[in-house]
Amino acid sequence: MRTRLLVVIFVLACASWMTAAEGGLDPAALLKPLSDSWPSYSGDYTGRRYSALKQVDQSTVKHLSLAWTARLAGGPGAGGAALPPPFGPPPTVVGGEGRGDVVVGGATQIKGAILEVENVLYVTAPDNVWALDARDGHEIWHYFWKTKGGTHIGNRGAAMWHNYLYFVTPDDYFVSIDARTGRERWHKEAASFAQQYFLTSAPMTIGDHVIVGTGNDLDSPGYLTSYDPETGEQQWRFYTVPMNPGDAGLETWRNLDAARHGGGHPWLPGVYDPDTHLYIFGTGNPTPAYTSQTRGEGDNLFTCAIVAVNVDTGQMAWYYQTSPHDTHDWDSAQTPVLVDGDFRGSGPRRMVLTASRNGYYFTLDRQTGERMITSKFSATVNWAKPELNPRGQPVRDASKDYDVGGALVSSANGGATNWPPPSYSPDTGLFYVPLSESYAMYYLSETDPRGAMGLGGKDEVSVGSLGNYIIAIDPKTGRTAWRHKFRTVGVARGASGLLTTAGRLLFGGDVSGNFVAFDPANGNPLWHARIGQVTNAPETYLVDGRQHILVAAGDTLYAFTLD
Amino acid sequence: MRTPLISAICLCAALVAVLHAQPPQGRGGTVVTSPRNAYPDRPAGDPDAIERGRALYSVNCAFCHGADTRGGDSGPSLLRSGVVLDDRNGELIAPVVQNGRPDRGMPKFGFSADQVADVAAFIHTFRAAGYDESRQKPPSILVGDAKAGEAVFSAKCASCHSATGDLRGIATKVADDKLLQQTWLMPGSGGGRGAPPPVVPPAPTAVVTLPSGARVEGRVTYLDDFMLALTTADGAHRSFRIEGNTPKIELKDPLDAHRALLGSYSDRDVHNVTAYLATLK
Repeated sequence: MRTRLLVVIFVLACASWMTAAEGGLDPAALLKPLSDSWPSYSGDYTGRRYSALKQVDQSTVKHLSLAWTARLAGGPGAGGAALPPPFGPPPTVVGGEGRGDVVVGGATQIKGAILEVENVLYVTAPDNVWALDARDGHEIWHYFWKTKGGTHIGNRGAAMWHNYLYFVTPDDYFVSIDARTGRERWHKEAASFAQQYFLTSAPMTIGDHVIVGTGNDLDSPGYLTSYDPETGEQQWRFYTVPMNPGDAGLETWRNLDAARHGGGHPWLPGVYDPDTHLYIFGTGNPTPAYTSQTRGEGDNLFTCAIVAVNVDTGQMAWYYQTSPHDTHDWDSAQTPVLVDGDFRGSGPRRMVLTASRNGYYFTLDRQTGERMITSKFSATVNWAKPELNPRGQPVRDASKDYDVGGALVSSANGGATNWPPPSYSPDTGLFYVPLSESYAMYYLSETDPRGAMGLGGKDEVSVGSLGNYIIAIDPKTGRTAWRHKFRTVGVARGASGLLTTAGRLLFGGDVSGNFVAFDPANGNPLWHARIGQVTNAPETYLVDGRQHILVAAGDTLYAFTLD
Repeated sequence: MRTPLISAICLCAALVAVLHAQPPQGRGGTVVTSPRNAYPDRPAGDPDAIERGRALYSVNCAFCHGADTRGGDSGPSLLRSGVVLDDRNGELIAPVVQNGRPDRGMPKFGFSADQVADVAAFIHTFRAAGYDESRQKPPSILVGDAKAGEAVFSAKCASCHSATGDLRGIATKVADDKLLQQTWLMPGSGGGRGAPPPVVPPAPTAVVTLPSGARVEGRVTYLDDFMLALTTADGAHRSFRIEGNTPKIELKDPLDAHRALLGSYSDRDVHNVTAYLATLK
């Protein structure tokens, strides 16, 4: 009797293990082009954010109508006072290493990707993960992480492997939860809280790797870590700056101590080329960000660069630096985009595209890192000299770093573009980028010759905006095919991230709280709804044969379908 | 690396203005963090240990690492050191002090574990942060030449402004030099930190011509790609749906001239104009 019971338990345990490891999201599905679901940060490994769905197209978009909204409340939940489902929301699963005494100011803000897998949405905000039914947005479970603190600037989303979800926390943990229940499987310390790291990036699942990048605004080294999705054990770690004598790039720093505190945090997810097994991502600014004298006169590799790392070994294959010796905190961390195609008659090329926060656009060969195109995509940026160097890189004009009397610099700190993701449509062959043109005065405030730490040492005071745009760049020439300037008066915010679809539509949020469908051929608006400032990049998925367009504004999700 | 939060009054078109969170409200017994920087301070150390550590540090460590731990000619900053940041009571610092780092030129010191703990207690009194208000003591921003500034003013500003007319006494009205500079570059900028800007620029106005030929004029209260709203002279709210080029809208923004000039200034021009305006007491 007892033996039989044990056998039954064993069989059930095996069955549940089998479902865990074999059900849910097969990592091989991540290799497919973006279509019915949205299983990773960019939807697929190319970073194009171009969906094959076309039920909503240029002729039907005028019938796009609100299907549902869902307002998400972060935090530990109502506890025992909550009514049980179906009368109230499901109870919150609480985890975390904090004592529960740290209250994070501000409302819930959804500023990352939402996964859609098997009719369930997985949504994140700092310290919070929700599972919602993709049919109507109702909450299935909510997980809350009690934090120790850390910079709660945003969370860019979760990753999935079979039935497991992965996300990171501002107090530096890498957490895995069961996607079916919201229960925690384990959490691992991914960076040092005492060194003031904070984690915001969406992890990336590639085969049996889950890859996580760091963030930190003090002086610290950036790195990627690859974890085993089953156990959470570290597989490899790649530092973006030299950490030891003899490391590549050390000659571009004043000394090893400078390099080891040099920043370069890869704080957004990258993209993946399955043919070469290369994970291709951007790195952040060097530190100290502004008073750069302690970094030496060199380029400060591998900060502000596009870097390709072999996903199996963690070894760097190539790099291309888009901002040598950056002095304005203008990261090159933006998610790059992979495109294949003919290049100026030289035959098919495998390319990687990036529009950097510094206002310059690059087309690179993604097998070698060879630069193919550089262009300036902001008309106002003035921090670099007129001529590129022989490697096609912008050359910093040191007089535009800062000045005791103030240096008038374009862009302001937010940059010409930032984390909101761009999109590429193979229908038009154009690369769509949110652009801000702005000026600020950069005053030197730290006159100690040893400089400041982190982002300190300057007082940056905004002067004003000259306009916010969505622009379309031709990757073969670097030229801007069109730019749509958002009409506004008063305080202007930047545009949101972007989505393109096979319905020949380009979706994005404008600067006034409208969610807009544009014609990707010319930027003309075709449909809009004023839902409030869009805070993530729009996405699309198919449920019950209906194409949904999903977007977040603050703490609320909006799903649109055709009437 | 991340974009800093931007003051709500800031005219700057920063993408991340959407990230701005409301100021946190305190609750009894809780630690309220801002999204910007939320790393708790270390618990206060034992004052006697800190004093013993200060003495040891000043004699043995300050020459290379600086009296304030921010580094010197021959030793790196300790304030940003991963070992120091991760250390609690000297346990990570001890091996470095007691063994030295011969490969990097650091000698070893024959300190006891207790002595290292004292030094650690002293080192940990320095707070590691990029934004350290106590260090934000910049010299005067008045670095320009007033006479040269007057010439720039005549060339670029005098078609709209006059030192004896609208700008008479501007340096008295806007006494802070940095604020004066921000204000002439772009009226309304540079207030910040909760203070209203010293000069509130007039709002944009628009003349709308309807398909019927009727004209409506007023102060613009809202504008996007799809709608225009005005307050007319009698205080009424009027709004208009925009479809393509209909209705015809003539927008007048008094700050357009300031925006158009931004790309034309050298930093020297900017400093000189500020020096000149600072004389208009």
